[in-house]
Amino acid sequence: MSLKLSLHTKPDVPLEADVICPDKLNGVNETAIAALTVFHGNDQTALGDFFTVKGQCDGEIQLEGDLANVKHLGSEMTIGKMIIEGDVGQHLGACMSGGEIVVEGNAHDWVAPEMTGGKITIKGNAGHLIGSAYRGSPIGMQGGEIIIHGDVKNETGNTMRGGLIAIGGNTGDFTGVNMLAGTIIVLGEMGIRNGASMKRGTIISMHHAPMIPTFSYVCTYNPTYLRMYLSYIRKLGMEVSDEQINGNYKRWIGDAIELNKGEILLYANE
Amino acid sequence: MAATLRIVNGKLYDPINNIDGKVQDICIEDGRIVDSVSDDATRIDAQGMVVMPGGVDIHCHIAGPKVNAARKLQPEDHRRDPHPGTPFTRSGTGGTVPSTFATGYRYATLGYTTAMEAAVTPIGARHTLEEFHDTPIIDKGFYVLLGNNIFLQNLLREGRKEEFRQAVAWWVNSTKAYTVKLVNPGGDEPWKGKKNSNVSNIDEKFDGLSPRQIIEAFITTVNDMGFPHPAHIHCNNLGHSGNYKTTLETMRTAGDQRAHLAHIQFHSYGGELGKNPDSKAAEIIEYVNTHPNITCDVGQVMFGKATIMTADAPLAYVLRGLTNSKWVNVDTECESGCGILPFSYQEHIYMHTLQWAIGLELFLMSKDPWRVILSTDHPNGGSFMLYPKLIKLLMDRGFRQEEISRVNQKAIAKTALNDLDREYTLYEITIITRAGPAKALGLKHKGHLGPGADADITIYDEMDDKEMMFNAPRYVIKSGKAIIANHEFCGDHDGKILHITPAYDEKIEEVVQPFFENYYTIEFDNYAVSDSYLHDHEIVPTANDR
Repeated sequence: MSLKLSLHTKPDVPLEADVICPDKLNGVNETAIAALTVFHGNDQTALGDFFTVKGQCDGEIQLEGDLANVKHLGSEMTIGKMIIEGDVGQHLGACMSGGEIVVEGNAHDWVAPEMTGGKITIKGNAGHLIGSAYRGSPIGMQGGEIIIHGDVKNETGNTMRGGLIAIGGNTGDFTGVNMLAGTIIVLGEMGIRNGASMKRGTIISMHHAPMIPTFSYVCTYNPTYLRMYLSYIRKLGMEVSDEQINGNYKRWIGDAIELNKGEILLYANE
Repeated sequence: MAATLRIVNGKLYDPINNIDGKVQDICIEDGRIVDSVSDDATRIDAQGMVVMPGGVDIHCHIAGPKVNAARKLQPEDHRRDPHPGTPFTRSGTGGTVPSTFATGYRYATLGYTTAMEAAVTPIGARHTLEEFHDTPIIDKGFYVLLGNNIFLQNLLREGRKEEFRQAVAWWVNSTKAYTVKLVNPGGDEPWKGKKNSNVSNIDEKFDGLSPRQIIEAFITTVNDMGFPHPAHIHCNNLGHSGNYKTTLETMRTAGDQRAHLAHIQFHSYGGELGKNPDSKAAEIIEYVNTHPNITCDVGQVMFGKATIMTADAPLAYVLRGLTNSKWVNVDTECESGCGILPFSYQEHIYMHTLQWAIGLELFLMSKDPWRVILSTDHPNGGSFMLYPKLIKLLMDRGFRQEEISRVNQKAIAKTALNDLDREYTLYEITIITRAGPAKALGLKHKGHLGPGADADITIYDEMDDKEMMFNAPRYVIKSGKAIIANHEFCGDHDGKILHITPAYDEKIEEVVQPFFENYYTIEFDNYAVSDSYLHDHEIVPTANDR
């Protein structure tokens, strides 16, 4: 039987609920879970003040209600699964290293910062700084997958060094800024200044995108490896056409102010 | 806690009064140690415990514009080390550069009750005093950077010695400093203005003025005016191979006058410039041992995270090329320079191990613990939170051997560390962490437990593991008030500012003012820091005041 947490009182200010994570709730009984500490602003309160707790966690947690103001869900998660029925707040799956999180609604900023493993799927849209480094950190996301079916905002994959971010919709500005390695696929359009300061790594988009002057065009070619990635995300339910899987891509390299070893691939048969 | 207090049954370590582990009572009244108190005084039973004066840090970087820039540069450092509040204390953030409140509290949790910020630009004095106001528990003061001051250098070039002297006194008064600090004297200006150049030895002239002339002028001036602590000198060529010659020359420049050399570990390297250094600890410490006018602090390097934070801007510029990590240059527009970068000392790296070993060599070959003082140049060589581990390295030969076996052996082979069997005693540790720095600073009420002393007292459980012992004092008493009891905070305290007010001829303002009007962005009348920034403070008298 899985654990079900239903929001009965909407928090007025963000609720810091990093205790909601399979690692911390496995095998804990209902009363003990309801008594766990969460921070409502700077007030220390109990989880039960906001959530109705039902069942016991055997590796899976289901969450219901408008969680747009509930932060840090699944922080440092290593194992298990969380299914979130509605929207969710900032810092979802921060620093997670394993397990899976599925969000049926939209997510806020900072989805899975500094993630090292595991998988996050968001059916709706998400905010800024997906899979990024926290401010000051030298390394962002290092592994795992973030699959977002809708649109996202700025600085997707800031300073990421590994793993896959796939966006079904559009991204804002600075997609892949400071990127060290890893892969970002954007099926929609990207904003401006994509790949600024990137050292290595790959950013792929299915549309034309404005390039900054420190990127240079190399060639138009048919990257074999990309078929694997695109077929894989199509299997996950994203809209990828056969033409895109087999198509040609313009290859740009940059950022020349760094190592000049990053690449941006733009679908050429648009 | 009542104003009177009696500590009974504790083993006292009080080198200034020649007490070495004797069981004796201490009586406290109104923040001072006294001969006796009435029988109804609150008692602390220190049975099985060691009683020492509160620690005194003679050289650290804990407040001011550059420290704040280092905080801003490293948000990741704070995120991983929150400092929660208690019913008596406020919260903050830790890391290698803790927030102001956390700095005060963390010093207290080691038993330190006084710390001196070692480098503040004159124009940053106001900011530093503001931060001091938010740095609780400890008493504190700062050294004002004057070694790269264009106006003072011009006076020296023109041979206007008396005006130089008056101007130094005016600057110390205007900033509420404790003494003057020289950092790479004469080296920052060419670096700022002449395409990254620096001076390579202390006789190299820049615009007709050599570092030696600057050093000599400051040492003489400070001694003539009888500052309680002499000129505090960070020599030229810090960190460069072969710099021990510069260090020896700097000490020779002092002649038989008092001078304090900061973090000499960083200045004890042999070898050729541009190549890997070797150890010249023996030469440096030999000079210190035989010259009682010199005091120094070691600036030990500890493995792990550190933050390079120095007014030696050219040095930070060189280091940023090695780490490839973020760095920042600040205070360049001020009467000094500054560079900051995050750093990590690693056991397997030759240079880092050599630095670690040279520091230990200096400690272990020192013949006069009163003049070779414990410091890590926090946060440059490592956080002050690593002092307990450093104390264990000095007191426990077995532990030291274990640590030596884990580090770069090529570097160890270049030092005499394997042959040094010395173990510091508790008495000697009390000297290098309390009595010695208090004496070198001229703080007559600190570093001892005799009647009249400030009641800054630390009580440790006596343990075999000295790191554990010095990490967790059972009681810390500041100015007669219990701050920590049974390892928990039980009180708070503001701490006071220590500064000096050397006499000067007010006519010097007429000489300084035109320079301000021509070049400064701040009005002369707004420059001097007003007394309202001092809050609780103590003017430490100069020899000439007495």
